[in-house]
Amino acid sequence: MSIPAHRKPPSLILLSTGFVLFWLVIAAFPFLWTMWGSFKVEGDFFSRADWMNALTGPVTVKQHGSAFTLDGYEGAWIQQEFWKSVINTGIVTFFVVTISLTLGTLGGYALARSEFKYTFWILMAALVFRAMPHVTLVSGYLLPFFEMNIWGYLPTTIIVLVAINQPFTLWMLHSFFLSIPKDLDEAAMVDGCTRFQAFRLAIIPVMWPGVVTTGLFSFLLAYNDFTVTSMLLNQDNLTMIPKLNGFLGSTQEDGKVMYAVAAVVSAIVPLFVLILFFQRQIVSGLTAGAVKG
Amino acid sequence: MTTFFKTSVAAIALMASASLANADCGIEKGSVRILSNDFTALRVIADWAEKCATGSVTVTRNQTQEHKNIQTPALTTNPASYTVAMVASNSIVPLLNDDLIRPLDDLVAKYGQQLNDSQKIVVDGKIMAIAFMANSQQLFYRDDILAEHGLTPPTTYAEFFAAAEKLRAAGVMATPVSSNFKPGWNVAAEFVNTYLGTGADFFAPGTAALALDHDAAVEVLDNMKTMTEYMSADWATYDSNAQKPVWEAGEAALSIAWGSIAGSYIAEDNPSPEIAKHTSFAAAPTIGDHGIPAVALWWDGFTIAKNISDEDAEASFRAMMNGISGDMLAENQEAAVWLIDGYEPSKTSAGVLANLQGGARPYPMLPYMGLLHTALGDNLAEFLQGKESADQALADTAAAYNTAAKEAGFLN
Amino acid sequence: MKHKTFMAFIWPSLLAMILFIALPIVSVGYQSLFIEHEQVLKEAKNCGPFGCTTSVSVDAEAMNALREEQPAGRYNGLGTYANGSHLAFDEITEIFASSQNFGEIRTRIMNLPFYKALIFTLAYTFIVTPLVIILGFIIAIVVNSIPKALKGPVIFFSLLPMLVTPLVGSLVLFWMIDSRGVIGALLQALFQDPSLSLKASPTLTWITLFVYGVWHSAPFAFVVFYAGLQTVPQDTLESAMVDGASRWERVRFVTIPYLMPLATFIALMQLMDNFRVFEPIIGFSAAANATTLSYLIYNDLRAAESPLFGSAAATSMLTIVGVIILLLPVLRRNWRDFNRKA
Repeated sequence: MSIPAHRKPPSLILLSTGFVLFWLVIAAFPFLWTMWGSFKVEGDFFSRADWMNALTGPVTVKQHGSAFTLDGYEGAWIQQEFWKSVINTGIVTFFVVTISLTLGTLGGYALARSEFKYTFWILMAALVFRAMPHVTLVSGYLLPFFEMNIWGYLPTTIIVLVAINQPFTLWMLHSFFLSIPKDLDEAAMVDGCTRFQAFRLAIIPVMWPGVVTTGLFSFLLAYNDFTVTSMLLNQDNLTMIPKLNGFLGSTQEDGKVMYAVAAVVSAIVPLFVLILFFQRQIVSGLTAGAVKG
Repeated sequence: MTTFFKTSVAAIALMASASLANADCGIEKGSVRILSNDFTALRVIADWAEKCATGSVTVTRNQTQEHKNIQTPALTTNPASYTVAMVASNSIVPLLNDDLIRPLDDLVAKYGQQLNDSQKIVVDGKIMAIAFMANSQQLFYRDDILAEHGLTPPTTYAEFFAAAEKLRAAGVMATPVSSNFKPGWNVAAEFVNTYLGTGADFFAPGTAALALDHDAAVEVLDNMKTMTEYMSADWATYDSNAQKPVWEAGEAALSIAWGSIAGSYIAEDNPSPEIAKHTSFAAAPTIGDHGIPAVALWWDGFTIAKNISDEDAEASFRAMMNGISGDMLAENQEAAVWLIDGYEPSKTSAGVLANLQGGARPYPMLPYMGLLHTALGDNLAEFLQGKESADQALADTAAAYNTAAKEAGFLN
Repeated sequence: MKHKTFMAFIWPSLLAMILFIALPIVSVGYQSLFIEHEQVLKEAKNCGPFGCTTSVSVDAEAMNALREEQPAGRYNGLGTYANGSHLAFDEITEIFASSQNFGEIRTRIMNLPFYKALIFTLAYTFIVTPLVIILGFIIAIVVNSIPKALKGPVIFFSLLPMLVTPLVGSLVLFWMIDSRGVIGALLQALFQDPSLSLKASPTLTWITLFVYGVWHSAPFAFVVFYAGLQTVPQDTLESAMVDGASRWERVRFVTIPYLMPLATFIALMQLMDNFRVFEPIIGFSAAANATTLSYLIYNDLRAAESPLFGSAAATSMLTIVGVIILLLPVLRRNWRDFNRKA
């Protein structure tokens, strides 16, 4: 929603274009490098002889007859059954995002509209909760989970991820609801709506920018989590990240690093397609508030 | 097309059922639930244990690198979440300390005829675990480069450093040495290795009181410091994964590394076939005039949980006997340095076996060794970087160990 | 809003947090006050594949009896907090009593694990947080002004540093900054110093970690600011323009004040996250030169052969206290805002 009335001086356009390009290079270069390298063998991608090998791939040529190989992908997806983890990650992220946002919008709305002192203290408590390092929390879960025989399953992990993500979701959505004018829902209530109806009819239609942004972060949390998923899931239910970690090997065992590299790339490419496909919705989601502001 | 499709599906199904042919392990009933680390040798064993599955015997497994962190809570519950926990010299200790695994004497007498005496891990007169493979660090060397400069594979650290110095002086390599010196678990393992080579003990006999032989410890630290001088400036980031490319780039000719990864150094698909062809293995060097390979010997084995029914314990033990059977060995000779009868040593196991014959000492299976390992891992880097004295590093280690041992109830 | 309606909206959230965060925090706090029972040891002949020795093991039966009596262990009060691996009161008193000058005091305090970790943690927090906010803000402003058709891909690429899992992201970056890697080689050429290694020197390791921190978190600040920018009231901007405000003045006097609450929010989250920084230390194998409080906890719980729950619990509680102290200024501001709102 730029204002057509003002034109930018060329120097500023140059500066800002240059900055965007610079930022994009910094942000995307390591990933593009990884994507290119995922079609090479380990000896090239992690070559000490010459980093140019990661681009040209002499060892890959020697071993496979061409500068590109699908070895890493085949190893990860077929041999190591990475697809199972992709499905698990899909399930976990879908439910974590949905549940987090449902609980978070309800709670965040209540916190933004209530004027009693305790709302402040709830928000403060949520902050303190968030300060707790996850490693400690997870170590504490193990014994009770084993005793209740709920360790290792996806629903357990989903609930834990929702819970430890809740302080952040509450805070973020609370801030967004604060920026939505009170008159909106209060007018609805004057018209005879209950609080929940007002929320549904007056607030839900305008809350999407906040929800989309918060959803994005919930998604990233669930998608990238290692601490919780590696400790709470058994082998068959592993999500992508702990599965990847298994490819990396350990001190006493040789890893299959290229499997991990291929797996990372193949995990991100669908996201790219998804974002390109939904970019209008995402950008307009992020922009929707402008009209109401 | 459809008939072709059908026949090929049938063929595949046939093949699959043939390869999964259930061995008759003679188990009548029971549930076998295996928890282990995740690497080739253990996967093979679990595969073979799974062959015992029948209509009334279920075999499941969870192979994860986090096994060490989940084994204690998982075996504490009653019934335990797993019946079999595969462990190593160090990871059995928490299970012993918390009394979570059962003595296996009866089961060994009944079903363990295939076992050597050396496979039985005896604690306080009772068999608590069955070992099936050995591991240790060893010397990796480039036979072509050493021969070219008239050097023989070093058997002592004095020779080791002389060879390194010669290679450096000849301009062959600026940093001919590499080893796992990353702070934390790795650097502590190197200290333990070298210290064991001095013949000294870590603790006062019968107690948890730290009693490092001061002279020996300083000798070990100085030895490690000398190593860093022949290593790349990045040594503080070297673990197994970081070391291997250095070797493959031809930047090192002498290395102390794990026997279990030796195979990948000489594998056919190695990116530098020339270097791979001339990579050889030998016992770790000895330190000073002690004549003991400066290295700790490790074993991997399995234990059976305490909090399970006798029926499940029996089923588990017999399934694992199939897991480490001679038939398994025959198909997987190369997967590890097996302790199982009928194992034929190969090129990669030369170093580990030479360590064994040279009288190298085992990694101490003491209840408080893990605390010392952690304390060492956190406090040696500053000395090696030249930021503090050996005495200060040892004092810091002792302080960290004492604090931890007090908290764990070993010291007052 | 009535109490009852409020509860109706918030109870699922509260329940989840109480069950999975509040209760564990209480139990961790409780645990930090205890240490393990005195171990009963026995000596016996133990055998393995490499021969027999007479060595010590724990008398499990005797220990079980002790644990039966008092499951939490021996009460130790705040002893764990005060010991040498945490706040180290005795050691500090001794350092101040016996040191010659300030330099020596500093070196010796920096040799204590907790303070060593704390110093780096604070440095990281206070360097990375402002840089993330500033960089995120600039990116948001600039991206907001590019043609609409390009916004989708640009947003996606901007998110990549957050999207690529730190596990592999740091692995690849760690390789790239190796003296033989693409970035390492570039830097060597740039500074004309063939011995330059980002991994070897403590200072360069610190800088590398800071740069990674900013790179990894900037997209977070960017997205929040970007979403906020969409809601900046256009009429205010326009009236500012009519009043003859320059581009910079409009940003300075309209946009920035409007985005202040969001900046506070980002600062809050970033201060907290950066204070708990952990993954880069492992990913960049930086433990020789930089440790953090979260790394100490990890070391006690996961890296250790036998986990030290009490010690980890104490460090965790100290981390929470640290976060609260850090956030106090922000919280006071919030409290004032809240009272104004009420």
